[in-house]
Amino acid sequence: MSTMAAFTVPTVANAPINMDGLAEKVAIRNLDFFYGANRALKDINVSLYHGKVTAFIGPSGCGKSTLLRILNRMYDLYPNQRATGDVLLDKENILAPHQDLNLLRAKVGMVFQKPTPFPMTIFENVAFGIRLYEKLSKSELEGRVQHALQRAALWEEVKDKLGANGQSLSGGQQQRLCIARTVAVRPEVILFDEPCSALDPISTAKIEELIDELKDDYTIAIVTHNMQQAARVSDFTAFMYLGELVEFGETTKIFTTPNDRRTQDYITGRFG
Amino acid sequence: MTDYHTTKAFDTDLQDLSRMVAEMGGLAEKLVADSVDALAKRDSALAQRITVADATIDNLQREIEEKAVNTIARRQPMAVDLREIIGALRLANDLERIGDLAKNIAKRVIALNGEFPPPKLIRGVEHMTDLVLGQLKAVLDAYARRDLSKAMAVWRGDEEIDAVCTSVFRELLTYMLEDPRNITFCIHLMFCAKNVERMGDHATNIAETVHYVIDGRPIADQRPKGDTTTLAALKAAGADR
Repeated sequence: MSTMAAFTVPTVANAPINMDGLAEKVAIRNLDFFYGANRALKDINVSLYHGKVTAFIGPSGCGKSTLLRILNRMYDLYPNQRATGDVLLDKENILAPHQDLNLLRAKVGMVFQKPTPFPMTIFENVAFGIRLYEKLSKSELEGRVQHALQRAALWEEVKDKLGANGQSLSGGQQQRLCIARTVAVRPEVILFDEPCSALDPISTAKIEELIDELKDDYTIAIVTHNMQQAARVSDFTAFMYLGELVEFGETTKIFTTPNDRRTQDYITGRFG
Repeated sequence: MTDYHTTKAFDTDLQDLSRMVAEMGGLAEKLVADSVDALAKRDSALAQRITVADATIDNLQREIEEKAVNTIARRQPMAVDLREIIGALRLANDLERIGDLAKNIAKRVIALNGEFPPPKLIRGVEHMTDLVLGQLKAVLDAYARRDLSKAMAVWRGDEEIDAVCTSVFRELLTYMLEDPRNITFCIHLMFCAKNVERMGDHATNIAETVHYVIDGRPIADQRPKGDTTTLAALKAAGADR
């Protein structure tokens, strides 16, 4: 019989974002970014929430990596790059000139596309960051390194060879070492810039599992070209195009019933 | 922006699915028309052919399922593409049920062999079938053209079929009360009418699916209902006492 109850295809179309229990960790307001005269980001407004993973998707050059690099002021390393607007981390504007960059980067960690282990031992790779910010006893330091490697799901694989060179590990292990290095300094926000694009599917699955385990304790943002990955790991998805934020919403909604035609064309593989 | 996928083979997969559903729809329509034709003419030979033809519809449904599962596995469809595929699966299910119901009418024609119900009674079922065929054709058209307003018209248009079904039911009840020897063919006719009424329900199901494919949301309204046979039965039972 045809009844409404029989219409059971699950959809969250038009379900508004339920803000209950969401704690805004990072608030990006009216953000513009310039590479010289080129305006790479146009009036971006979006929030990142504690305990949630937000994925940034969009074609190459849409500004998603640029946005990520603003969140820990990476662009400060380069001349002629500037951001205007506000990026509030716990209501403090991190774009303010007086912002302590070392402190910011301890709070906002980043994992890059290519694993970047330092040319030193596995232990030192993780201890390096801790030593920058804290003076710990040897046993305390060892405890922190072990904990970080455990959080990065690498401990079991490396506990017997902590003195080996970090670069001797496989690509997937190197990436988890970088995540351990990030986690070791106890950040509040972790940024992942295409963390799996250089990894095989099994290593990718391990990183995704790791993101899922870490998310309860952190605020996570991930830039990915892999749409299925965004759909798998994130709670919220932001679609960016030509420097604009086209659509932001719950991941299930974005990937089933996006509002914007451009979002739909991109996620279904109909772009240009 | 474009209506086509960068990967052309994905377009072909989706077009194939749509084409298979359309083919299944055409077969179902013919089966429905033939089954009531066989009933009106008491044509047992045609009825036999219908029971065989239903197998073709069943096979098509299996092919659509296989194609849909393969496409999901290979392409990981999102948004409108995912809804297209889920829609094809749901349509195939409804069309398969419609085929089964037509087959059931055909079986009753064979069972009725030798009995001659008054043509007037069969005309009620024929009228219902005309309405259902109109609905079915319109909704398959709405699917082929992705026409939301046409699908919604079908969704709202089931009321009349339900109302005719109720009046057929009342007429048959009167015949049965008049002479118990009428009961056998009246019961068969009653089931035929109910089968046709259910086909109408499947047409509205399809309309809901077309709405979902196009819009991504379930329909918010309540559908108008005209089937009061359950109430008629209660009244008749009360009047008998």
